[in-house]
Amino acid sequence: MEPLLDVQNLDKSFGSIVAAADVNVAVARDEIVGIIGANGAGKTTFVNMVTGYIKPSRGTIRFGGRDITGLPPRSVIAAGISRSFQVPQLFATATAFDNVLIALGIARDGKFPVWRPLRRADLVAAAMQILERFSIAGHRDQLAGQVSQGVRKLIDIAMATVHRPQLLLLDEPTSGVSVEEKFAIMDVVVAALRDQKVTILFVEHDMEVVARFATRLLAFYEGTIVADDVPQRVIADPQVRRYIIGERYRHGANA
Amino acid sequence: MTVDRTIAGLCIVAVALAAGGFFVPAWMVFIGVISLAKGLVVLGLVVLWRTGLVSFGQSLYYALGAYAVGLAHLYWGMTDAFVAVILGMAVAGFVAFVIGFLLARYRDLFFAMLSLAFAMILYGVLVKSEALGSTDGFVISVPTFAGFAPGADAAQAALLAFTAAIVLASAYLTDRYQKSTAGHLTTAIRDNEIRVEYLGFSVRRAIHVKYVLAGILGGAGGALVAMAVGHIDPDMAYWTTAGEFVFVAILSGTASVAAPFFGSIIFEVLRSYAMQYAAHFWHMVLGVALLLIIMFLPDGLWSLFRKRARAH
Repeated sequence: MEPLLDVQNLDKSFGSIVAAADVNVAVARDEIVGIIGANGAGKTTFVNMVTGYIKPSRGTIRFGGRDITGLPPRSVIAAGISRSFQVPQLFATATAFDNVLIALGIARDGKFPVWRPLRRADLVAAAMQILERFSIAGHRDQLAGQVSQGVRKLIDIAMATVHRPQLLLLDEPTSGVSVEEKFAIMDVVVAALRDQKVTILFVEHDMEVVARFATRLLAFYEGTIVADDVPQRVIADPQVRRYIIGERYRHGANA
Repeated sequence: MTVDRTIAGLCIVAVALAAGGFFVPAWMVFIGVISLAKGLVVLGLVVLWRTGLVSFGQSLYYALGAYAVGLAHLYWGMTDAFVAVILGMAVAGFVAFVIGFLLARYRDLFFAMLSLAFAMILYGVLVKSEALGSTDGFVISVPTFAGFAPGADAAQAALLAFTAAIVLASAYLTDRYQKSTAGHLTTAIRDNEIRVEYLGFSVRRAIHVKYVLAGILGGAGGALVAMAVGHIDPDMAYWTTAGEFVFVAILSGTASVAAPFFGSIIFEVLRSYAMQYAAHFWHMVLGVALLLIIMFLPDGLWSLFRKRARAH
């Protein structure tokens, strides 16, 4: 069966700095793939290349059998890929509700949405449903720039889902939030997307989070994937433990 | 609902102006036409402003609208007000469409200065070209309305009624646009362009559309002023004219489609009285007025109505 995402021989250099070197990965439908790696290992560069934020220096990215290498973000979104950001990208002066509503308007009103009102009944109801699904309905009237980091993360992810993407890339969805919130956020996200048949790739630093939520784990080191297996095996890999996790993490501590 | 009330209010004001023009002194009618016509230009400026883009070059489209009318009159004998406004809008809109491909790439000061540069290029062309009237410009005759030629006394009043109708239609359409998804992108783009792109919408296209809309409104304003004044000259494209539109936009605020027209009327009345009673330092009067607005009403005069509405 053809993989949903098929990345072959992907390289990216910024001058003399190699951010990605010969990255090869195939992701099947309905997988939840965690991506780990130290800072600067190439995780976000990989996400940025797949989602069109930066162009690879070499290699191909195929999605659903179609070559999307180097396409701009809008074309990548249209193809069925969406993403959230390490630093949530929100409309800070709009309410949480308006953030989702605008996202829905763009998703549903086509390329020239200059006539139909944004605040119409069907869109307003759909926006409320999304807020409820992501457990942020209580923040609907708060400005996105003034809510907690955890809520900002959820708004960011909620906005990324309005196009009903087949593949969703989450860049550090739990970074900058408290330990208690990390699991709560991932629980909400996974539950919200469960019915939508969305394949998820998420970048994460917390081994307990990846061990609990990922069905597969990729470990990046100096721009290359050094381990690709089920989370338990990757976390137990000596090379991964030495260069990425650190010896202090003991496999099974989260079990 | 507030915006709907705004449109309803504009309807009442437009009907009152259209009818009242036949009963009030000629100088008031003239100020009314000029205020409303320039308010159209400012409305376009405000559409851009809400996106975080300040155009210091709306005089380009104001002058293009006026010169389109003037040249059509000069070379084709065209006097019909309907055709004049459509022509002014079409010419300005076309030029905005072409220039927009470049300007939609720029932000902040670069956008402001580039827009000003295009206005000054037009000014230079107009000043140097004899065929376009050079520094003197040229005269335009009294307009007709679908074949109807009002007498000299009623001409300005008829033009006021016509202008009020154009303003009403423009305000309604702009309001409709502002309430659409594309309209809401104004503040969204100002807040976060990356997110807009990652929602699948082209920021450049959104800005381009707004720029063309602003150009069309500028062209309509210029065409109406040309017919009201009966004369056009290169100063319509000059940077001081563009600055005047920015002045009125600050005075008005961006909260409502009605604000630019209200602000424009206040500005024209203030300027007229300042020129009459303080002929040597009327600029200073306007400067002090702007200073007071920025200090005490940073969201413009229209914020007075919003505060009053909130109080009730």
